Amino acid sequence: MTIQRREFVAALATGSVAGLAGCASLTSDSDGGSITGETLTLTTTSSTYNTGLLDELNAPFEDRYGVTVDAVSQGTGQALETARNGDSDVVMVHARSLEDEFMREGYGVNRRDLMYNDFVVVGGPDDPAGIGGGEDVVASFEAIAESESAFVSRGDDSGTHTKELELWDETGLAVEEFGDWYAEVGAGMGDALNRATQLDAYTLSDRGTYLDMQDELDLEIHVQGPIEGGAELLANPYGIVAVNPAVHDHVEYDLAMAYIGFITGPEGQELIENYTANGEQLFYPEALSEDPNFRQYVPEGWNGADGGESNDSSDG
Amino acid sequence: MLLESIVIGPSLAAFPFEWNYVWSIIVVSLYVSVIAVALSTLCSLPIALAVGFAEFRGKQFLTSVINTGMGFPSVVVGLLVLVAVSNQGPLGSLGLVFTREAMIMSQFVLAAPVITGVSLAAVSSVEANVRDAAYAMGGTRLDVALVTIKEARYGIATAVLAGFGRAISEVGSVLIVGGNIAGADGTSKTRTLTTAIQLEAQRGRYETAMVLGAILLVLVLVVNGIVIRLGSDEGGYR
Repeated sequence: MTIQRREFVAALATGSVAGLAGCASLTSDSDGGSITGETLTLTTTSSTYNTGLLDELNAPFEDRYGVTVDAVSQGTGQALETARNGDSDVVMVHARSLEDEFMREGYGVNRRDLMYNDFVVVGGPDDPAGIGGGEDVVASFEAIAESESAFVSRGDDSGTHTKELELWDETGLAVEEFGDWYAEVGAGMGDALNRATQLDAYTLSDRGTYLDMQDELDLEIHVQGPIEGGAELLANPYGIVAVNPAVHDHVEYDLAMAYIGFITGPEGQELIENYTANGEQLFYPEALSEDPNFRQYVPEGWNGADGGESNDSSDG
Repeated sequence: MLLESIVIGPSLAAFPFEWNYVWSIIVVSLYVSVIAVALSTLCSLPIALAVGFAEFRGKQFLTSVINTGMGFPSVVVGLLVLVAVSNQGPLGSLGLVFTREAMIMSQFVLAAPVITGVSLAAVSSVEANVRDAAYAMGGTRLDVALVTIKEARYGIATAVLAGFGRAISEVGSVLIVGGNIAGADGTSKTRTLTTAIQLEAQRGRYETAMVLGAILLVLVLVVNGIVIRLGSDEGGYR
């Protein structure tokens, strides 16, 4: 019976594809380069998704090219994993070490710096660990651990989680040995902020999501990131990477590059610059520069002699 | 005074988001769940009838397998369907990942055991003498099956409802295989009521989440009403 059902499910899938024209996007080999009518699958992080920035960016892009952008919100780790499996065409993430790994493995090509914001350490107004106004984020993390004040960790391999673990590393404390005050919630940024409000806990948040949700939260910024002149360690750069068509020949590479071109170009960058929540700018564009930084395109420690992917970028 | 405010309810202006967004979410939810349940019903009823009528060794075991399937965790089903439809999976060439079709597949797998199990119980409970009488009157197997279905129609309606309830209210699998996608124009592609509630709750917009939750409850009630009505309107004996 299970066999029968499995066959049925397979038949169902086949039938629904045959019956529903246009839902299967198979190969998109450059057939003269027309991308109209295609669908771009973008995996991105909860911070760009939940703040509403993506809708702002995607609508004009869709209109211009007559395409559809399907944005799937995942943590950075999951977004890259989805791309590794060839289930998305382009990723917008914020953990350079993970992005480098992704490119080194050959899954990603043509990375660009896109924008940045920063991380902030937020917590309840009573500030039990006494870290308010601190300049040194590593010292504040030490103070939190020292006083065993409640701390909410994303625990989902996202960019923010990766950054948080880096900060604990800096303190030299082992996360595995933390007591009950350290709660891994395994959820997106918004969820973690809600949880921190309920538990009256500290958490590391990207500034954008915090500002966007400020009204619903009972949390204050105790340690500022570089945007407000705080610790440089809390910088949070976002990158965008196309999935390598040499690995997954079915990905919409032309469309992915058109998208990257659009959001790293003047128009997309201006949209990012002007996007605000509660009257505050959430993200700072970073792709336009007099002096393009070559390192944005390649993984750390890369040199041309590796015989890796050729990183010549020839998009308009 | 109080009654008045309840009757009038929240004005449209106070509604926290756009109607077309909510509407598209409702449409996607219904589209996915109704198709999944319809396919499950087509698949499950014959199985329930066959198992209910036949006497064979292992019937007890098969029944318990079906009943176990009722409690299959939706997240696990979602994961298995994702692995199947991912570009690395056996159905990868169909390009189904993050589509409504993939969501239908996972809800089909979730609803089928429920519909089969509850129908089987209903069919088994139809008196054997009804069947004997039908045979005695020279009925073919098909006639007997029809009579049985007619006798067990409430049970079968309940089964379909239970399957629908299971499908429309689950969040785990549709989140994994559908990806909770809404277009930049504010229309849902694979966002259902449950995943939208999850997203709104994650964003701390509890009021919006509550409104969506209320819509979901109303939807389930309405569907229940319709199915019960259909079940009771089917004629009696000829």
